[in-house]
Amino acid sequence: MSDIKRRTLLAGFAAFGAGACTEIGQTDTAGDLFDTAEDWHRLAHRALAGRQRLAPEYAPEDRSPDVKGNGSITVETEEYRQALSEGFASWRLAVTGLVAQPLSLSLEELRALPQRTQITRHDCVEGWSAIAEWKGPQLSALLDQAKIRPEANFIVFRCADTLYGEPYYESVDLVDAYHEQTIIAHELNGAPLPEKNGAPLRMRIERQLGYKHAKYLTAIEAVASFDDIGKGKGGFWEDEYDYQWYAGI
Amino acid sequence: MKKRHALSTRLWHWINAAALIVLFMSGLNISNAHRYLYWGDYGYDPADAWTAVMRFPAWATLPGYYDLAAARDWHSLAAWVFALALLAIWVAMLVNRHFACDVMTAPGEWKTSALKQAFLDHLRGKFAGHGSKYNPLQKITYGLVFGVLLPMMVVTGLAISPGIEPAAPWLIDGLGGRQSARSLHFLFAWALFAFFVVHIVMVLLSKPLRQVWGMIAGGQEDHVDE
Repeated sequence: MSDIKRRTLLAGFAAFGAGACTEIGQTDTAGDLFDTAEDWHRLAHRALAGRQRLAPEYAPEDRSPDVKGNGSITVETEEYRQALSEGFASWRLAVTGLVAQPLSLSLEELRALPQRTQITRHDCVEGWSAIAEWKGPQLSALLDQAKIRPEANFIVFRCADTLYGEPYYESVDLVDAYHEQTIIAHELNGAPLPEKNGAPLRMRIERQLGYKHAKYLTAIEAVASFDDIGKGKGGFWEDEYDYQWYAGI
Repeated sequence: MKKRHALSTRLWHWINAAALIVLFMSGLNISNAHRYLYWGDYGYDPADAWTAVMRFPAWATLPGYYDLAAARDWHSLAAWVFALALLAIWVAMLVNRHFACDVMTAPGEWKTSALKQAFLDHLRGKFAGHGSKYNPLQKITYGLVFGVLLPMMVVTGLAISPGIEPAAPWLIDGLGGRQSARSLHFLFAWALFAFFVVHIVMVLLSKPLRQVWGMIAGGQEDHVDE
């Protein structure tokens, strides 16, 4: 057999196998298997790391020159342009849903809360990483202040931006919501959060990939389940592109 | 008569082959999401990359079109099969002494003369070991695959996962940072691919049907007429 023929044959086999797998991957059974594998990874990570083990924190000199802006890098609404030009003086963050005491906080009020400053690494699902210093109040402080109700199981993050025409949102469970490093960042490397990184507020969910770290944050909502939110999968990327809800891998 | 390949070896061989193919092809799809590799902890700017890898064509990836989420689904599922099967075969090889008897080298097999002899035998198409199942080159190769390449795929894969790092920060540090771990994951994957190619060529050159059937049904021990 000539070399060309053999290579074509090999490529053919690969393509046939991959084609079959591509098809299999779209079945319900495969979907269930993928979900089970994801659950096992999450449970294994939690079993190994416990609920509160910290992501590594770095020294100032370990920081990368910048943090790449990815996904939405601006918000194309009149209100946002206006808010940006005013330095977000009238921006409010709502804390709603299954809470006894709903809140609406200004940036000033958020800055008056106890702050956590952390130099952490941002890992994008695409594969790249950046290291930067983030500062803001812990999410747990807000949830305590709002008196989160016992029936709440997840925290949903609402955002001002849309991506490919759909509103961006994300969610985490209470383990990550109450994690010590889960903060609402308003500063990046000592300066107000830049527009491309989610000004004026973004989440830091340090033990998961970047798409969980919702930017342009407008509201934090405690819910029992996210079945009725968006398309029911717990986030923009999950709804629109079947990304994994647990992004610890 | 004793089987040439134990049942555990045969089962693992095919399960591992399937898992590796899925991992490799879905991995190429994931690589297409950001084709640049870095050393150290961070890296996002292609200008800082030590290499930019090619965009892998659709026929080489799983699924057969660019889909990061579906590729990650396949990769995370096959990772469990691959890692648990690797653990199982290591236990089996130690218990049934396959490793000690057939893979572990004796000091004499590292002598230049022995390696040269095995190399010359390969050139002449003679692949049988002298008085043992595998020749020194095979033993060293299988030792590297079992002892280094396969385990390092698991180790570097774990190190890239942000959910693992809080439990084992030393793992990422030991590999030189997350982006180094990612680069190593890629390099070890291609080292395994190189092994795969050589492995297939060797099978094709040495009674391929008998070899493949041996890995399915077990085959029979070679008679050593010496």
